[in-house]
Amino acid sequence: MLNELTISELTTRLARREISARELTQACLDRIARVDGTIHAFISHNPADALAQAEAADRELAAGVTFAQKPLLGIPIAIKDVLAVKDHPLNCGSKILGKFISPYDATVIEKLKAAGAVVFGRLNMDEFAMGSSTETSAFGITRNPWDPTRIPGGSSGGSAAAVAADEAIATLGTDTGGSIRQPAALCGCVGLKPTYGRVSRYGLTAFASSLDQVGPFTKNIEDAARILGVISGHDPKDSTSVPVPVPDYVAALDGNIRGLKLGLPKEYLIGGLDPEVKAAVDAAVKQYTALGAEIVDISLPHTDYAVATYYIVATAEASANLARFDGIRYGQRVDGADPLELYCRTRGAGFGAEVKRRIILGTYVLSSGYYDAYYLRAQKVRTLIRNDFLAAFKQVDAIITPTAPTAAFKIGEKSGDPLQMYLSDIFTISCNLAGISGISLPCGFTQSPKLPIGLQLLGQPFGEATLLKLAHAYEQSTPWHREKPGTIA
Amino acid sequence: MAATDIDVKYVAHLARIGLTPDEEVKMSAHLAGILGYIEKLKELDVTGVEPTAHAVPMVNVLRPDVVRPSLPHEAAMANAPAQANGLFLVPKIVE
Repeated sequence: MLNELTISELTTRLARREISARELTQACLDRIARVDGTIHAFISHNPADALAQAEAADRELAAGVTFAQKPLLGIPIAIKDVLAVKDHPLNCGSKILGKFISPYDATVIEKLKAAGAVVFGRLNMDEFAMGSSTETSAFGITRNPWDPTRIPGGSSGGSAAAVAADEAIATLGTDTGGSIRQPAALCGCVGLKPTYGRVSRYGLTAFASSLDQVGPFTKNIEDAARILGVISGHDPKDSTSVPVPVPDYVAALDGNIRGLKLGLPKEYLIGGLDPEVKAAVDAAVKQYTALGAEIVDISLPHTDYAVATYYIVATAEASANLARFDGIRYGQRVDGADPLELYCRTRGAGFGAEVKRRIILGTYVLSSGYYDAYYLRAQKVRTLIRNDFLAAFKQVDAIITPTAPTAAFKIGEKSGDPLQMYLSDIFTISCNLAGISGISLPCGFTQSPKLPIGLQLLGQPFGEATLLKLAHAYEQSTPWHREKPGTIA
Repeated sequence: MAATDIDVKYVAHLARIGLTPDEEVKMSAHLAGILGYIEKLKELDVTGVEPTAHAVPMVNVLRPDVVRPSLPHEAAMANAPAQANGLFLVPKIVE
């Protein structure tokens, strides 16, 4: 089926005119019609609009436009509901935005469109990207394609499930504390969080502005390299995007990792790590040795403080960012006698429990009398965490860890205990605090039930080319990325 | 200070979020647990450590000061929950 193929396989066949972009988009739409009643990766999608874009791509192919000019021409890519796509709905998985329609394209969407992609669908997510299971969405839960009684991870659960279930060729998600890498691990696909500043955040609804990044979910590493090449680059509309040149990420995938050094942090192989996950990661480390990489024991001594630091920094930033949802200029409004009553009613009715909890926590840690004890202290610990990584990268080219401490957990298993849910991000959160790059790729399965396990590689700031090279060499020497979930066929 | 001394009603007011009495009770319990966990940051000596606000420090990022097209008025108003004469309607603020 066309919807099961990778971007490189599809562009070859599209270029030879063996298939049409319309057939390809139709294959994804047919798959969605067949399985999304169970998976619910999509909040909504507009088949007519997607097909019209595919037909436009076919006309360009007929007119001689090449993949050198438009590297994603005719490739259906679905979008997390937190990125603005002009004239499409945008809800951030929340009730509070009501019937909001985006008046402009996010920069990453502009870039996908300029590259010829068929940009379609609104993918389910935890409300305002606050969650690790996609259970906090106001639009219902998303189910893991490997076992529909389990969560797909989060917050970009829809983005991961759609790729794993072959409902799209690739998707975009966002990662503030692991929201790309953790669901990619739990759904068995590739998820890349670029370095902070590598990809523009313009048109991404802010959760925690100093941590948020946009990145791709794909069926393999080469596809991730292709999409990263398209969406990266300096954007004058995002003052935190960094003017570092964008290398040819696909060209970096030469399989030669001999002599590269991979750091194994001792702090990541303790406490709460599932034995099957540990065994899979241990096997991946052996595989890297066999491929010629050198494994170096390292220490990231402040790892144990990352989750606490994150839940101060991220909630503080969220409390400021989400102040804009006040019922005045857009979204849902609940009227009141005066503006104060209107704000409190609108926000009380519009936000779900997890978002309220985080805004209130963030407001508290910034409030008079508590700022120094919580927020300022957390910012200082953030420095220590970042310094741990910068010191490690003087010794090694990348760091190898599990992505998540366990495989996908059951729906409802952690939703009543926020702290347990937060601790499921224990291996991914430091990367955002340090602003470095990270990727998750499949590295095996649990026995019974059969659930994907993710391997995380953490790279230097703007070290995505090395990260992708390392990930690609492992992927090409292992069978995991070719496995498909059987339960929903 | 104790980790559990958060006055949820007051902080929710600062955050402009209306909570039901039931929500206040649940929120207090959850926040007490989270704040208790966060206390572990106090184990660390951060004397002399500079705070990090952004991992990639970019300061004074400027763009050329030239007029550029902005969102058309109708597009900016299109999602308004209440409007009249091209303006956002709000409850009366001044008597």
